[in-house]
Amino acid sequence: MQLNARIPSGPIAKKWDRHRFEMKLVNPANKRKFDVIVVGSGLAGASASATMAELGYNVRCFCFQDSPRRAHSIAAQGGINAAKNYQNDGDSVYRLFYDTVKGGDFRAREANVYRLAQISVNIIDQCAAQGVPFAREYGGVLDNRSFGGAQVSRTFYARGQTGQQLLLGAYQALERQIGLGNVKMHSRTEMLDVVVIDGHARGIITRNLVTGEIQSWTADAIVLATGGYGNTYYLSTNAKGCNVTASYRAYKRGAGFANPCFTQIHPTCIPVSGHYQSKLTLMSESLRNDGRVWVPKKKGDPRSPKDIPEDERDYYLERKYPSFGNLVPRDVAARSAKYVCDEGRGVNGPGSHAVFLDFADAVERLGANVVADRYGNLFDMYERISGDNPYKTPMKIFPAVHYTMGGLWVDYNLMSSIPGLHVIGEANFSDHGANRLGASALMQGLADGYFILPYTIGNYLATAKQPKITPEHAAMKAAEQAVRDRTAKLLSLDGKRTVDSFHRELGLIMWDYCGISRNRAGLEKALQLIPELRERFWREASVPGSGEELNPWLEKAGRVADFLEFGEIMCHDALQREESCGGHFREEYQTPGGEAQRDDENYCYGAVWEYQGVGTTPTLHKEHYQFEYVKLATRNYK
Amino acid sequence: MSKQTMSLTLHIWRQPGPDRPGRLVPYKVTDVSPDMSFLEMLDVLNEGIIEGKIKDVGNYGPVVFDHDCREGICGMCSMVVNGEPHGPRRGTTTCQLHMRSFEDGDEIYIEPWRAKAFPIVKDLVVDRSAFDNIIAAGGFISVNTGSAPDANAIPIGKRDADEAFDYAACIGCGACVAACPNASAMLFVGAKVAHLVKMPQGQVERESRVINMVSTMDDAGFGACTNHGECSRSCPKEISLDAIMLLNREYMRATVKTRGK
Repeated sequence: MQLNARIPSGPIAKKWDRHRFEMKLVNPANKRKFDVIVVGSGLAGASASATMAELGYNVRCFCFQDSPRRAHSIAAQGGINAAKNYQNDGDSVYRLFYDTVKGGDFRAREANVYRLAQISVNIIDQCAAQGVPFAREYGGVLDNRSFGGAQVSRTFYARGQTGQQLLLGAYQALERQIGLGNVKMHSRTEMLDVVVIDGHARGIITRNLVTGEIQSWTADAIVLATGGYGNTYYLSTNAKGCNVTASYRAYKRGAGFANPCFTQIHPTCIPVSGHYQSKLTLMSESLRNDGRVWVPKKKGDPRSPKDIPEDERDYYLERKYPSFGNLVPRDVAARSAKYVCDEGRGVNGPGSHAVFLDFADAVERLGANVVADRYGNLFDMYERISGDNPYKTPMKIFPAVHYTMGGLWVDYNLMSSIPGLHVIGEANFSDHGANRLGASALMQGLADGYFILPYTIGNYLATAKQPKITPEHAAMKAAEQAVRDRTAKLLSLDGKRTVDSFHRELGLIMWDYCGISRNRAGLEKALQLIPELRERFWREASVPGSGEELNPWLEKAGRVADFLEFGEIMCHDALQREESCGGHFREEYQTPGGEAQRDDENYCYGAVWEYQGVGTTPTLHKEHYQFEYVKLATRNYK
Repeated sequence: MSKQTMSLTLHIWRQPGPDRPGRLVPYKVTDVSPDMSFLEMLDVLNEGIIEGKIKDVGNYGPVVFDHDCREGICGMCSMVVNGEPHGPRRGTTTCQLHMRSFEDGDEIYIEPWRAKAFPIVKDLVVDRSAFDNIIAAGGFISVNTGSAPDANAIPIGKRDADEAFDYAACIGCGACVAACPNASAMLFVGAKVAHLVKMPQGQVERESRVINMVSTMDDAGFGACTNHGECSRSCPKEISLDAIMLLNREYMRATVKTRGK
């Protein structure tokens, strides 16, 4: 596998400009001769589809939901960062770049991150022009807030529903192109394979989820915008349908998978309430701006929070990290919560996993009205789910899997190691390194989709010069048959156990051994347990129904079968990375004070895995990161 | 958290396909925790059916229903619970409805959205692509990527921005249509028209937008509004009935303004 990052030369601030000039253009009259397939309709997929259609390409967009508007970007709450410096508080492109590289614990590519920071300002302009109802000041200008530990106010937001409003903006742009006939939309359609012909990605195989029809689609370039793989853990804040299948199929066809162990565990989610739990719900990080995190000093303290006096409470984040306090980055906050619960100080009964997020001081300082104005919808959501009123009693929260920084490896052009196969949004290994900062996911998805891919894909199309192919091509037919065979195999499973029960079991293995903290013995154990579980899945699982109808259990079985292979890659990756960085905390590698100990000498690289067969350890390739602008330094939030 | 569990009888609409007959089928579920979400309760039912622990009356197999985010924002979940779209709790999607809203021994009736413009796909799943078609007809501001001015070049008063947001909060679930005796989509359409007309960016296409969206809405087979107000009452985002008033006004204004053009 050749890994050429294709980073343009020259000073970092000029790279993207220079690259845009050097890239080949497709003549406007020729654009309509090119077919592009986009899989996924979230922020990245919808914005890319709409923008490429505006440019004149023939676009086909696929999503598994019933409408492109339902992609999981819709659930993002907090906001979107941009280096606008509207607040005049010292922000700049360089500062956003610096914060993102540092926040990612120096495991991202500098040139990409700089470009992301540059483009961030255009995203806000574009979204405002589309009519996205961002929060505003009384004078009519846009409001900003500080978010997720940033020391400047650069986060634009639309109440607690920023993802929804940004996605609806992109969705409306996409629907406009659908109405104009420039995009053909295929909803309730799942991609089940990617087809590589003469070394180039040339088509995909899909299953129509309503009729069960399996079809081949060819194109001159393919774009995967299929999101992250957080649902490997079963319980996560992802939507139930989020899956790794499209990315994993591409990996099996030769695309490198980078840093799969980099997962983000979000510190503020509603804790698990029972065995039937089907997903976890995020409570926006913005709550930490005014809420105080604490647990009782005493282990197993049975008292209700209002009966625990101030001096018997441990505001452990404020104690351990006096300068950042409750606003420490996500990985630090999540780990600290785990530690206090491991000590037996969890607040949801004996052996429980939950800490308090307390708004009593905020209500006293600001008044209930101001608190309601800031967080009303989140408080309502919490009350609906838990039955508790956070104005009166502290919220209970615990970390949950939220985002995956790892993903398919891409070069500066967002093209994977398979020529023609582009990967955008959370699905690529992206710009977040080992830890994503709050309000940066929306920024990256839209940067990729609106402003990067539509340019770089032109360069590929102008230079690739591949012959036109049809769905009758032998390689397409063979892939189609393989998908049929696999579907039949899944449908033949008639054991006693539900697919979900295997997924839950996998989730527990991943959470216990490849979760908030990891160690060699645990990862080796997981690498033993996962293949066993996979084997039992193919023997004991039950898949009801047929292949010629809407059959959610068949869909789920295919996705879980992929998770059962993919979980192993995550563990291999976590095992080889003998350092702690960002969301990847190896217990063997910590400072005497219990903080993450990075090893820049040996691990300053992106780990890119090449498929070698199910159950076989994949081959590791390395993209070494060079840091010319941001000096390698230890993150310190004390 | 409550420790007591409940036993329930569910009457669920089962229909194998759009052209097949459907009927309500009874199921018994036990050990339902009040902390479960409504959809988690249905997960438990389905697992029971798959594992053979709950009787598969009529051999329909597990119940098919739409769901995805399970946090009340994607708009995918769509079922009528005891005659009310999304169930008894105001401002709440089915996925955010929790079993503590029910009592031990309850009989619960679960049906799909029913509207001509939302044909049934299977069981509780309907086809809502008519909503996408309405947006494609005009529910947008035509601004190609790259041609936007600086975001602060278009000031918008906080009140207008907040009001626009209130309408933009629509999740496109279709509860409004399901609740309406006429299966009217006017709250959905009105919400989008109102969101965009409240903003200066939305003025340029003001007339064509409302005319095209309404005409697509009518062609899809949605009924007209006769002021029942059930739509707003069922809306999980509590979108105000004012949206319909505004839609009527905008439509009237647009037809007058474009007359003879």
